[in-house]
Amino acid sequence: MSRLISLQIVESSEIIVEGLKAILEGEGFNILAPMSSAAMLRDRLPQVAPDILLVNPTLLGPQAAEMVAELQSMRPQMPIAALVYEYVPAEELQAYGGVVDIRMPRNKAAALLHGLIGDATAAEPLENYELSAREMDVLTLIAQGLSSKEIADRLCISIHTVNSHRKNITRKTGIKSVAGLAVYAMLHNLS
Amino acid sequence: MKSKLFHGRQKMADLIAQNHNLILFMPRFGIPLGFKDKRVDEVCSENGISTELFLLVCNVCTYDDYLPTIDEIASARLAGLVAFLKASHTYYLEKIPHIGDHLKRIADQMEERYGAILYKFYADYQSELKEHFVYEESVVFPYLEELRAGSRRRENLLHLNDKHEGIEETLGDLTQIVYKYLPGNLMPEESIDVVFDILQLSSDFQKHYLIEEKIVMPYIHWLEGRNS
Repeated sequence: MSRLISLQIVESSEIIVEGLKAILEGEGFNILAPMSSAAMLRDRLPQVAPDILLVNPTLLGPQAAEMVAELQSMRPQMPIAALVYEYVPAEELQAYGGVVDIRMPRNKAAALLHGLIGDATAAEPLENYELSAREMDVLTLIAQGLSSKEIADRLCISIHTVNSHRKNITRKTGIKSVAGLAVYAMLHNLS
Repeated sequence: MKSKLFHGRQKMADLIAQNHNLILFMPRFGIPLGFKDKRVDEVCSENGISTELFLLVCNVCTYDDYLPTIDEIASARLAGLVAFLKASHTYYLEKIPHIGDHLKRIADQMEERYGAILYKFYADYQSELKEHFVYEESVVFPYLEELRAGSRRRENLLHLNDKHEGIEETLGDLTQIVYKYLPGNLMPEESIDVVFDILQLSSDFQKHYLIEEKIVMPYIHWLEGRNS
């Protein structure tokens, strides 16, 4: 299991929120306590720190686009998607990274949100759980306490490649911490 | 959402029937069992516990999507909050060596160097957790009490969420290691017991963090604003 993506919904209709929860839970999302107003969002966002925000633009009032830009500058890594079920002019939706229309087929909403977070792989079931030879090399070095940068230098690969191996190792083994991976490596005679 | 939350005029026993994990909180609040068919507010007042505090905690721990508003937190009598949190820590500190003893017995059955690394993993986890509790009890809780008393001193608190995630991750890894990667013929019953204990502890921890993240931290921020 990869880590769940925390999703903050900003929507005042309980029926819509419950519907979204039913569809998105089990698709890799952890749905945070929903917020129902722009004021609540502004107050709570820094503390709640979700991975992704899904907000009904009509709740943000006439200054919606400005507010979205402001939120985006507060948390540049957090995609903001619009939640739409009534007509919203296209130009007002430009500020958002994507649009979830409640008339979408159910699997499309999850795929869209995963796509925004650049986590397209998470939804795909894993078929091969065996570690590749290269992943075992990386794991051995993780277990020895090397950083990603050091592993990249040692194996003459880019740090990006190391991080992608690390991600796959965690997906395949279910183990996330360095200490846990060290135990795993030991039990598999990799160290 | 509001309509399904627990309230003071319900029977205490109904809360437990709905979420049996709440029974673990009774001793932490100092509420003895045997409360018959009394209402929540009656049981709380008999035991000198703020009903608002009790309900905030039970609701946060039962309804995942419940996020108390600042007004609810600010208007509640939260005098017993720190005592409750400390009692939770005490419970964990008793539980953790118990799991450690189980693991030690399993580790003793393994080839020595494997056993040693498994046990060390747990020992490291245990000390990380203790350190975190010490931080909360020596910095966060006294700061909260000071703020309650009207202090204007500002403490720069570490980001508790990050710490909680790290601690949670380690416990998750431990369960994976025990049930997936240790040899299966090694004390199967003991292994199942220990995994079950760890899972129970881990879900208890998650609730504890929710209390800190949804009640304690917003309360601290509110008090800071009030006192400035």
